Amino acid sequence: MQKRLLVKGNEAVAMGAIEAGCRYYFGYPITPQSDIPEYISREFPNVGGVFIQAESEIASINMLLGASACGARAMTSSSSPGISLKQEGISYMAGSELPGLIVNICRSGPGLGGIDASQADYFQAVKGGGHGGYHIIVLAPDSVQEMYDLTMLAFDLSDRYRVPAMLLGDSVIGQMKEALTPHPYISPGDLPAKDWAVSGKDGRPQRVVKSLFLGDGELEEHNWKLHRKYQELKDKEVRYEASDLDDAQLVVTAFGSTARIAKTAIRMAREEGLKVGLLRPISLFPFPEKAFLETTSKVKRVLCVELNTGQMVEDVRLSVARDADVFFYGRPPGAGSLPTPEELLAQIRKHYKD
Amino acid sequence: MSTEMKQVFSHPDSLKDVQTHFCPGCQHGTTHRLVADAMDAFGVQDRTIGVASVGCSVFLYGYFDIDVVEAPHGRAPAVATGVKRVHQDKIVFTYQGDGDLAAIGTSEIIHAANRGEGMTVIFVNNTTYGMTGGQMAPTTLPSQKTSTSPYGRNVSTDGYPIRMAELLSNLEGVTYSARVAVNSPKNILQAARVVKKAFEVQVKGQGFSFVEVLSACPTNWGMNPLKANARVESEMIPYFPLGTFKDSTAA
Ligand SMILES: Cc1ncc(C[n+]2csc(CCOP(=O)(O)OP(=O)(O)O)c2C)c(N)n1
Ligand code: SF4
Ligand SMILES: [Mg+2]
Repeated sequence: MQKRLLVKGNEAVAMGAIEAGCRYYFGYPITPQSDIPEYISREFPNVGGVFIQAESEIASINMLLGASACGARAMTSSSSPGISLKQEGISYMAGSELPGLIVNICRSGPGLGGIDASQADYFQAVKGGGHGGYHIIVLAPDSVQEMYDLTMLAFDLSDRYRVPAMLLGDSVIGQMKEALTPHPYISPGDLPAKDWAVSGKDGRPQRVVKSLFLGDGELEEHNWKLHRKYQELKDKEVRYEASDLDDAQLVVTAFGSTARIAKTAIRMAREEGLKVGLLRPISLFPFPEKAFLETTSKVKRVLCVELNTGQMVEDVRLSVARDADVFFYGRPPGAGSLPTPEELLAQIRKHYKD
Repeated sequence: MSTEMKQVFSHPDSLKDVQTHFCPGCQHGTTHRLVADAMDAFGVQDRTIGVASVGCSVFLYGYFDIDVVEAPHGRAPAVATGVKRVHQDKIVFTYQGDGDLAAIGTSEIIHAANRGEGMTVIFVNNTTYGMTGGQMAPTTLPSQKTSTSPYGRNVSTDGYPIRMAELLSNLEGVTYSARVAVNSPKNILQAARVVKKAFEVQVKGQGFSFVEVLSACPTNWGMNPLKANARVESEMIPYFPLGTFKDSTAA
């Protein structure tokens, strides 16, 4: 039997990263993600990793940029206010086509807000939080196991496409403990060689990692190239969980910790005889557009639940069949604002039609 | 008497044979040359990674025939930290202007220096934001007129010019900190020695080295190259004295 451990979500991220071969971590303390740097600072000496507690989130993301420019598997982690500070660096990484993992264990805002679970950074994560019109890969785990698994996947996708990747969790997923079955990392084997990384030119032609393109037409072409990668991600790398959709009259959609509550509510609804299914986006970018279109070619009613006042629901509306109805239930993040299963069940009943 | 000719001067290997985009009389080019000479002197061109900053020197990769990473404005020491921690056996340097290093990037330079990162920092102080059109910099001299201090820098509201080489020399993590100028043959020769020393500190694995280079920006100073060069001597050096402020390699 495989070993099962009781660990925190944040620790699962750190464990997954180390297992996936990440040996460079740069970060700055912030609740509710500090378990990640604490775990890594404790374990890295055993595996020869480099841990730097930087002077700020700005420095952290730029250290990540530097390590990644050398071809190293590297990461940073933070929470919402710190992620805001990283946005310029993330934009530079996107423009320079650098891979790298950015973990955002979201807390509530705006401003200093609070440390409660939040999904209010959805827009910032999936729409390109910094300047210049880019995307990063965004994966949203809903369990401690997925914190581990998706950390590995994020590194692989990021390396394959040379697009920065974000793991978007929140204080519930990050702080809760549940069973984790750790497993060895298996490299996809066909990841492209990092033949763009700097190392000192050593006889070969110079390599330059940059996002500055001033020649006539150069930057436009560069942006088209990035755009084609985003299209490719949409074609090949969408991840979602679907259940109970076959006979469903209503599909509930939610991501991350909210999806856990939604799952309980769906079970309660099924017990009442309501035919309700689940469509949970795991990759928030690329968003499961086709899955929503296909699902809503049959199921015409969608209830989107979020811990914010309506963000992912915009992508849901853009993706569903034209004759589908999309309903939204959300609460702004803050102490005591996490909806209960009963609350969501009431929403299901409200929007359900046989 | 032997008639054999010995070559005593040549184009540095580390520098590409290209036309410069710098303005006439700009001293960024001179400093590029000194950095290239230092790399050549230690034969490290093939294992050097330069980190470019945002300013008139952003095209570092266009001049140096080495691997280069471009950093966001002010963040070169953090980027270089990431690079050096991966390639501990390689030579890593940043090349930054005074707006870049002494204003927006103060935090990154102080902490990279304080950690004693094994990198070399070339800091070009021209008392202005050259690239953006000559705005006031943290190094702009008292009463100096710039496009954003049209009545002259007023120290009571704008603060005082920062002496970075002295400031950094107070940090335990710093091995070497010096200031040079490239306004005269004598000063250029001295600057060449100092830049070489800064690279030597890194080649020998002795820690963090920092060289501030006083530099003319004729365009934004509204002067011809000769007058700008003369201003380095008459106005800059008195406020920013040349010298070595820290050398922990000295026995
Ligand atoms: C975040 C950010 N803020 C502002 C700028 C605009 N900017 C570009 S270069 C520069 C100042 C350059 O001055 P300095 O570092 O002294 O270099 P110089 O051109 O004088 O060599 C500024 C403010 C920028 N590129 N990025
Ligand atoms: S603006 Fe000043 S610093 Fe920039 S290239 Fe011209 S002279 Fe040099
Ligand atoms: Mg300047």
